[in-house]
Amino acid sequence: MLVIPRWKLWMILGICGLGIVFAAPNLLSPTRLEKMPGWLQNTINLGLELRGGSHLQLEVDLKTVAKEYLTNLLDETRASLRKQQIGYTGLLVDTKANGIPSLTFVLRNPDDADKATQALKSIDNGLAITIQDAKVTAVMNQQTLDQRNQSIIDQSIEVVRRRVDESGTKEPIIQRQGTDRIIVQLPGLDDPAEVKKLIGRTAKMTFRLVDSSVPPIMVSVGSPMPYTPAPLGSEYLEETRHDGQVRYLAVKKQVMVSGEALIDAQATFSHTGQPAVSLKFNSSGARKFADMSAQNIKKQFAIILDDKIISAPVFQDIIHDGNGQISGSFNVKEANDLALLLRAGALPAPLKVIEERTVGPSLGADSIRDGQVATVIAFILVSVFMFLCYSTFGVFADIALIFNLILLFAGLSLLQATLTLPGIAGIALTIGMAVDANVLIYERIKEEIRAGIRPLAAIEAGYRRAMTTIIDSNLTTLIGAVVLFEFGTGPIRGFAVTLALGILISLFTALSLTRLIITLWAKRQKLLTLPL
Amino acid sequence: MRRLHLVPYNTTINFMGFRYITFMIAAVIAVGSLGGLLTRGLNYGVDFRGGFILEVRMPDTPHVPDLRDRLSGLKIGEVAIQQFGTERDLIIKVERQEGNEDAQENAIEKIKTTLGAGVDYRKIDTVGPKVGSELVRNGLKAVAFALAAMLIYIALRFEWQFAICAILALGHDCIAILGLFSLFPFEFNETAIIAILITAGYSINDTIVIFDRIRENITKYKKLTLPELINKSLNETLSRTTLTATTTLLALLALYFFGGKVISTFSLPIIIGILIGSFSSICLAAPLLSYLRLSRYASAEKKTV
Repeated sequence: MLVIPRWKLWMILGICGLGIVFAAPNLLSPTRLEKMPGWLQNTINLGLELRGGSHLQLEVDLKTVAKEYLTNLLDETRASLRKQQIGYTGLLVDTKANGIPSLTFVLRNPDDADKATQALKSIDNGLAITIQDAKVTAVMNQQTLDQRNQSIIDQSIEVVRRRVDESGTKEPIIQRQGTDRIIVQLPGLDDPAEVKKLIGRTAKMTFRLVDSSVPPIMVSVGSPMPYTPAPLGSEYLEETRHDGQVRYLAVKKQVMVSGEALIDAQATFSHTGQPAVSLKFNSSGARKFADMSAQNIKKQFAIILDDKIISAPVFQDIIHDGNGQISGSFNVKEANDLALLLRAGALPAPLKVIEERTVGPSLGADSIRDGQVATVIAFILVSVFMFLCYSTFGVFADIALIFNLILLFAGLSLLQATLTLPGIAGIALTIGMAVDANVLIYERIKEEIRAGIRPLAAIEAGYRRAMTTIIDSNLTTLIGAVVLFEFGTGPIRGFAVTLALGILISLFTALSLTRLIITLWAKRQKLLTLPL
Repeated sequence: MRRLHLVPYNTTINFMGFRYITFMIAAVIAVGSLGGLLTRGLNYGVDFRGGFILEVRMPDTPHVPDLRDRLSGLKIGEVAIQQFGTERDLIIKVERQEGNEDAQENAIEKIKTTLGAGVDYRKIDTVGPKVGSELVRNGLKAVAFALAAMLIYIALRFEWQFAICAILALGHDCIAILGLFSLFPFEFNETAIIAILITAGYSINDTIVIFDRIRENITKYKKLTLPELINKSLNETLSRTTLTATTTLLALLALYFFGGKVISTFSLPIIIGILIGSFSSICLAAPLLSYLRLSRYASAEKKTV
């Protein structure tokens, strides 16, 4: 009856042993931990609220990008419609209608509808075009939009990562959240202002032509630009020159090459030995840059970062291979600064900090200490209570409880789960609920004994009968945990992991471990009555 | 050695007998909670409305009313100050400032200047209005899905009648917990959702253990009427129900008294939730079953008549 096969015995002991081995690294000091073999270095990560640090949630402004994309099509649309002699009025990019940016114009002759559709399609195949009462509305179709958004988010994450690394923060966590969010976690940082400035610097870089039809406007430092209307299709942007002078240049609104195309920028020296900055573009950027330089040789262009001109060089040559060089009136330091500015990269879309949480190190330390104290007290209270209720069997349940905690820590370490404040509460709560399976079994055994069944048979029957209840109740909770993990975010997901792990472990300890202990114990006793 | 018996083993409490009283109690709890929710709403924290929270430890015991006056004088909107833990620990809550990021930063700077030097800033949270509401909404959605999945499982493993009673009991628990958050000064945030989850999970667990016994007894005692059967099952599982509730509450009480202020505020609603969950499993879910004709029971009844 009460027989446990040898292999099962070793498996149970093996799991418990592995639990101890994998939970142990959590007790080691960081320096000792480094000396351990790699597979033994997994520990539970402390969440930011426990170790102290800053948590930022950034929103990527995808709408602005979509709007810009369409704005860049305006000139081509204008040219194409004119070439095909399609009469139109009111060509503009509209953001008001239901929030989705669209390119709209009204046909003078409604019969041109098909021609206009063709013209737009040939400009950009990714447009979805609707025509209603001679009003043409073009939006980016869903697939194009999704693809673009995906790459924008990926690139934003990359840029943010580079900037955070630049700030020297240790072990930052940067990840995507939802459709348009990025989470940045900066452990150990108690004033994120610096990093925020670095990240939030909505550095958006574009290469555009300078409108040479109007002269630059010089202003003295600190004074605003006198009101001057810019030529159609251009705008005045500020440039602070190396000598500190501020001037405004009229720059064409159309973006010739966007900053994403820039792969690298380095401070270097020109062939005349002057400090210079070399630029390297990706293949599509190189092509565009070559066209731009060929059509505008000896003309001035502007590199614009955040609506400010950071450099306005002149195309001296046609730049064929995507390797350009800006040289001119700057010294080595200025060349370095410019290269860094270019390199730290353009964010493909503006970022906004929408959430910021900072926990100082003292609060985290207090929380950990309080959490530990509470967990230990919870353990003692439950252990004593179990002993009072079930005496020897209570002690068995307590041994199971200890292994429950060990295995929970081992599991969380292997998953490299992040321990948060509700997580600590979850662990303490596990202590209370983990004994449930044992309680169910013990109560059953008691019932069997009252029904007059002999001790050993009662144990066997108790286990068998409690089984369906235990399976049903735990499986239900497990299903809940899986669904929570699937649909939840952040702390709820973390809670779901702890919950699921807790259930599986308590199933193991109650059904295998205590059973093994009871079996081994029962074999050595002449059981006339059960100490239950 | 004498052992502790929380519940004597052969209780014959007539749960079905006073089911009208317990139904009344459940109704009062539910209606009261609903009333609270409709009239007072939930006490959404900064998490939901947007704004910022500073948790500070002052160098000396501050004079709170004086501090409140000085901070209100900053013209940064409504400022709430409360002592938290020791007398030197303050929580300062400020609503979201008009304008962009800089406006928020400015307000925080102003507060920092007013508080003066030597202050330990233990926590600073700034939340945009969209984030919090999204968190809570997504959280509630996840909870709803999880509960639905559990109920489907119950309907499959048991009979649909069991699932209906479980739904009613669970709905009662959720409303009661939400009511708790509306009637008492608990802040409703993402942690609150976890509190609801724990309560709901515990309650459904409890309910299933009782249902499981009823299912077993239906085939075992074919001569008992349904109310007698439910009563018997409740009494048989009563010892387990109380024991598990006790161990869980012991752990929670440890959290409440020793877990530090944050964990403590988190565990209080759960403590109440466990009590409500146990109550609803025993006094609501099981007795309600007697009103639905269980098919297996019906067939057993037919045979004996």
